[in-house]
Amino acid sequence: MYVSPIREPLIKGQKTYSQITKDIVAPIEGKPGKAWYMGLTLSLSAMFIGLAMMGYTVWQGIGSWGLNRTIGWGWGITNFVWWVGIGHAGTFISAILLLFRQKWRTSINRSAEAMTIFAIMCAGIFPLIHMGRPLLAFFVFPYPNTRGLWVNFNSPLLWDVFAITTYLLVSLLFWYMGLIPDIGTMRDRVASKTKKYIYGLLSFGWTGSVKHWQRHEKLSLILAGLAAPLVLSVHSIVSSDFATAIIPGWHTTIFPPYFVAGAIFSGFAMVLTLLVVTRKALNLENYITLSHIESMNKIIIATGSIVGIAYLTELFISWYSGVEYEQYAFLNRATGPYWWAYAIMMTCNVISPQLLWFRKLRRNLVFTFILSIFINIGMWFERFVIIVTSLHRDYLPSSWSMYKPTIVEVGIFIGTLGIFFSCFLLFIRFFPVIAIAEIKTVVKSSSEKITKNES
Amino acid sequence: MKRYISAYFTDEENLLSATKILKEKNIPILDVLTPFPVHGLDKILELKDSKLPTVGFIAGAIGTLFAFGFQTWAFVVDYPLFIGGKPHFAIPAFIPITFEVTVLFAAFAMVFAFLFRSRLGFGAKNKIHDERITDDRFLIIIDADEKDDHFEEVKAILELEAAHNIQLKENN
Repeated sequence: MYVSPIREPLIKGQKTYSQITKDIVAPIEGKPGKAWYMGLTLSLSAMFIGLAMMGYTVWQGIGSWGLNRTIGWGWGITNFVWWVGIGHAGTFISAILLLFRQKWRTSINRSAEAMTIFAIMCAGIFPLIHMGRPLLAFFVFPYPNTRGLWVNFNSPLLWDVFAITTYLLVSLLFWYMGLIPDIGTMRDRVASKTKKYIYGLLSFGWTGSVKHWQRHEKLSLILAGLAAPLVLSVHSIVSSDFATAIIPGWHTTIFPPYFVAGAIFSGFAMVLTLLVVTRKALNLENYITLSHIESMNKIIIATGSIVGIAYLTELFISWYSGVEYEQYAFLNRATGPYWWAYAIMMTCNVISPQLLWFRKLRRNLVFTFILSIFINIGMWFERFVIIVTSLHRDYLPSSWSMYKPTIVEVGIFIGTLGIFFSCFLLFIRFFPVIAIAEIKTVVKSSSEKITKNES
Repeated sequence: MKRYISAYFTDEENLLSATKILKEKNIPILDVLTPFPVHGLDKILELKDSKLPTVGFIAGAIGTLFAFGFQTWAFVVDYPLFIGGKPHFAIPAFIPITFEVTVLFAAFAMVFAFLFRSRLGFGAKNKIHDERITDDRFLIIIDADEKDDHFEEVKAILELEAAHNIQLKENN
């Protein structure tokens, strides 16, 4: 096998197969530390705040939110799009990078996919409660009903229902099929009878037979091939919620690619936020190395630059189109009452990732962590800017309005953060964070022993 | 009662060359259990290609036809609505849902086909030969007929490739 003499090792420390298993399984077999309990308490508390606020919303009605007749979409939809966007990195890593045969993905795909699933779950909550009557949410599915009606198949909002549901289910299948062999490893390692029984059930009776592996490999490849266009379709469809409306600032054909790039951008930022901490906390620095962090930072700078170009293109086209409503919408975005949100968005998404052109910074953990938080904030503001600034200046000046969230909306957002982090903390406690079987396939070609290149 | 020879390897290179030799000598290999997919092993064992892609394609095609057909039926035949003079049969607007349903059908069909064919599933009880197989051991299971010289012959081949724990076992 050809091994590039200058390529950095993906796995450090001359690991044998059984050491790999031991290292990755260690956090599950050991007792969780204080930090884990603190993190879980904190995120569960946040989750309960959110649940209380969701209950309040359902009980009192959507009037408890800061929305008004002019601005009908506020934090709720901002958060929805933000979470869906974060959910894009996982499948990008596991599907698109698999098709491109990027070996470094094996260290991060498992946790990124888990993150995707949790993020999509959080995203789904917002349209559900925004409906006002979540108990009737099943109305969005085309089932034969006494009203004799069908849902509107021409509406991007319905496409969303299909896209997000499909995305959640396919990601779940992809993730779980990948997990089966590793749950088998857990089953064969744990000592306690109950644990062995539970992991045994969850492992689906995995034996590691060569025929099963052959099918498993084929399945992963084809699922990746299906999931790759799926990722791209999901945020394209979400962007169509805006792009097919005739609101100035929304009505642009650039939205689908611009949203997809933004989604991958924010997704990788969230992966970095989580992994920079996780690799340290679970002692996985030999598997998620600086070169992995650097690779992810490179994707951030690529997608971040696409987002930056999209912002500038939007500005240019609004001027060049000669449509005064468009021109006003963008002028108002940058200089109107919400200029500060626009400024935060531009700083966090366009300017700050450009610092990653420096190799030193790409490989600096503290910088990467801070930058990833900046990007998370910036991408949240991008959606806020698109939604609120486009809506708050209606065609009739008498309808002009301002929007401020109430404590209920803020609480629900905090609640979804709580749900997300609780799920992630529970996941790293009970399942291997790194795909054990997959990383063993690259150890021969990419470990330190082979590349002999320390940096 | 069935007899078989089992042996362990600690490295997939040895496993590959041992299976190659065994295959050349026409010694029937019942199964090989590995902790991770060993590339090229299925070629050496002359396993048939998996038909999962075909399953995925057929299920996907059904999904395409179903989703597109259903939307067309609902909007053209069952309940045609006039919305601003737009066409009932709006092909471009039907594409996103058609695509999503295609992917959904294909993915589910392939996963279920995989689980069904491999006899895997929630709570499935398959024989676990050794708990180290999911860690770092490669296990080969070879069919043993009644003659003992066969065992000796196989043992010689396996020992040459650094196999451990070569045993003749009986399966009830």
